[in-house]
Amino acid sequence: MKKSAVAVSLALLTVAGVAQAADQFIPIPSYRVGAYASGGAKFYGGMIDYLNYVNLKEGGVGGVRLTYEECETEYKNDRGVECYERLKAKNGGASAFNFMSTGITYATMDRAEKDKIPLMTMGFGRADAQDGRAFKYVFPLITSYWSQATAKVQFLGQRVGGMDKLKGKKIVNLYHGSAYGKETIPVLDAMAKKYGFELQHVEVPAPGTEQQSQWLEIRRARPDFVLLRSWGVMTPAALKSAQKVGFPRENIVANWWGGSEEDAVAAGDAAKGYIAGSFALDGKQFPLIQNIEKTVYGAGKGNLSDKGFIGTVNYNRGVVSGILMVEAIRAAQKKYGAKTLNGDQIRWGMENLNIDAKRQQDLGVTDMFPQVKTSCQNHEGSGYTRFMQWDGKDWKPVSGWIKADTGVTLPLIKASVDKYSQEKSMKLRDCAAEK
Amino acid sequence: MFYRESGQFKSSYAADSAILTIAQDRLFIAALLALAFVVLPGLGSDYLLSGILIPFLILSLAALGLNILTGYAGQLSLGSAAFMAVGAFATYNFMLRLPGMPLLLAIFLGGLSAALVGVAFGLPSLRIKGFYLAVATLAAQFFIEWVFTKFGWFTNYSSSGVITAPPMQVFGIAIDTPASKYLLTLSIVALMALAAKNMARASIGRAWMAIRDMDVAAEVIGIPMLRTKLLAFAISSFYCGVAGALYAFVLLGTVDAQAFDLHRSFQVLFMIIVGGVGSILGSFLGAAFIVLLPICLNLLGQAFHGAISTQFLANLEMMLFGGLIIFFLIVEPHGLARLWQIAKEKLRVWPFPH
Repeated sequence: MKKSAVAVSLALLTVAGVAQAADQFIPIPSYRVGAYASGGAKFYGGMIDYLNYVNLKEGGVGGVRLTYEECETEYKNDRGVECYERLKAKNGGASAFNFMSTGITYATMDRAEKDKIPLMTMGFGRADAQDGRAFKYVFPLITSYWSQATAKVQFLGQRVGGMDKLKGKKIVNLYHGSAYGKETIPVLDAMAKKYGFELQHVEVPAPGTEQQSQWLEIRRARPDFVLLRSWGVMTPAALKSAQKVGFPRENIVANWWGGSEEDAVAAGDAAKGYIAGSFALDGKQFPLIQNIEKTVYGAGKGNLSDKGFIGTVNYNRGVVSGILMVEAIRAAQKKYGAKTLNGDQIRWGMENLNIDAKRQQDLGVTDMFPQVKTSCQNHEGSGYTRFMQWDGKDWKPVSGWIKADTGVTLPLIKASVDKYSQEKSMKLRDCAAEK
Repeated sequence: MFYRESGQFKSSYAADSAILTIAQDRLFIAALLALAFVVLPGLGSDYLLSGILIPFLILSLAALGLNILTGYAGQLSLGSAAFMAVGAFATYNFMLRLPGMPLLLAIFLGGLSAALVGVAFGLPSLRIKGFYLAVATLAAQFFIEWVFTKFGWFTNYSSSGVITAPPMQVFGIAIDTPASKYLLTLSIVALMALAAKNMARASIGRAWMAIRDMDVAAEVIGIPMLRTKLLAFAISSFYCGVAGALYAFVLLGTVDAQAFDLHRSFQVLFMIIVGGVGSILGSFLGAAFIVLLPICLNLLGQAFHGAISTQFLANLEMMLFGGLIIFFLIVEPHGLARLWQIAKEKLRVWPFPH
């Protein structure tokens, strides 16, 4: 309490002392048009709202005001690269980029490494970027695709009453026919070997609107569960096809790309009972979300065109992304001082995040997302996933936070990192030497 | 007034067959090249070079490739992105599997691989024409994207299905700054554009145009159908392949097969339609239009930041972009290159209308 009082008065002092207070620039590479616009507008709306909230409530971070600028990526790689180049050096330099697109993240990885600007890849990949020794500037915070895949299998284990009961069960992995879709195959194979269930991979050609034959194949195979690795239109199409062949939706478990209102509502009735993973809970029950609505929208500074979307899955994901960004700035300010920080300093902050239960309570987001503690070696910082079930109107949690099976993911990450560093002929960072 | 060729006489065959017969044109192109090669790498910001100019040049090269096939030889193709993918993945594998291979040679071999694949998918063109051929090349688009996703060998069994560019150098010079990447791209594109211009003017270009205008007549006057059509596919795919290799290695650095999806093929096709079918200049103008205009609109939109909702602004940009495409196609169905030509003719008689 005392500490925060000191911080506030310090912040006031800095604001009063320096006429032109320092700014910390956060680039917002949003997608508000194109195929994924409905999710993108809410995600980046949530992120911007949180930045504005911090500005309104605390006058920025440590007296340093947060500024932002948007750039439309349309979820396209080349536009994303253009946005990256446009925003990276603006207004004192970008803090960190969060593209919410696997493709754009790949396309900017080399550049970010050179420019020393961190990339937040919250919830996705590449999964091996969890190893900060090889991927110094990439942060798959909270959960990577691989961690989530192991959590999915563990969730099924809970459903059948224990991991040992999975033995002899049959699971189908229905995946999007793209690099994204195939990314979890090695992890699931390893899980199948470890727990002795039968695993069948079925590919859906991109974009995934046509799934008739795949579901007939699934019906023939009579699996106990279907793991859905879907994206965009593939999710509602899968649910509708499942309804047609009479596969119970309760036995379909998707990853978080299939776990927003946009995915479920589009499938209508067919989505009822369907389960998806999540790294950020939806809803308005969190004090922070209520405060944002009160403060930001009360001041007429809200970013969403329709207030009704506050508290939706994608909006809350955006808020979480904002929180992680701001907490990284906070952590970096503790080391480097309350001033405009560059990308490399923010990277240090992101590597030293510690959002524990106490901090979450202070922020008003208890249990909205798992606790995050990163380090030089561990850029993921959590690895927990929670599962939600669609009841026809809302997502309802059906599990606690499930930890990734690191016994399976870590060896795979190591193998992948070894190959990557060899291909790139680079040396891994020595985390012990950096302090 | 200034742009007039009066007083300029051609006194040799060489002068008569030069690419630029008018002194003013030569001056203009020389100034443009000087600007591109000398001024821009020195003065251009990182954003201008690697955010705008490099993608513009690379996609111009792809458009140039498609223009050879569709614009000159009249074979409609929807597989440009697939041939770009072949170029990118082949270049990557040549550099990975044969350590020490020079970058330029690898890009060249990548282009050759794309040419081979292009010939294979060009075979149906001997039997089918027009829209039917477009559907056949569409098969190439889906098949090739599927192959690179399906078979891990092409990506060296990368778990995320992406290829990553190794450190690059040309003649001992490291290609790691925006300026050096820009110069490498510009040199390759300039050389290949010159080659394309000359091909279009040479007998092979005339053979292509004869086939485009009426293939039966072309066959009657003795143009070998098989060789000419397949050569068009090979050369076009070579251009696309090199563009794909540059796209993956110079522009992005890390790329997955989905970067070369059907949308990219359409994008390249729109470039030549807007820019001018059957025109070298048109490829560049079209690429500029498709690549640069949305960026300009977005930058312009930022000026209204705060005044209008960003959601509305983003959609307004799309509407304006679509509107402009329709406007230009109505004003000049033959593309921007034709507008440029008309402007030149007008300039020639200016200030007198006749």
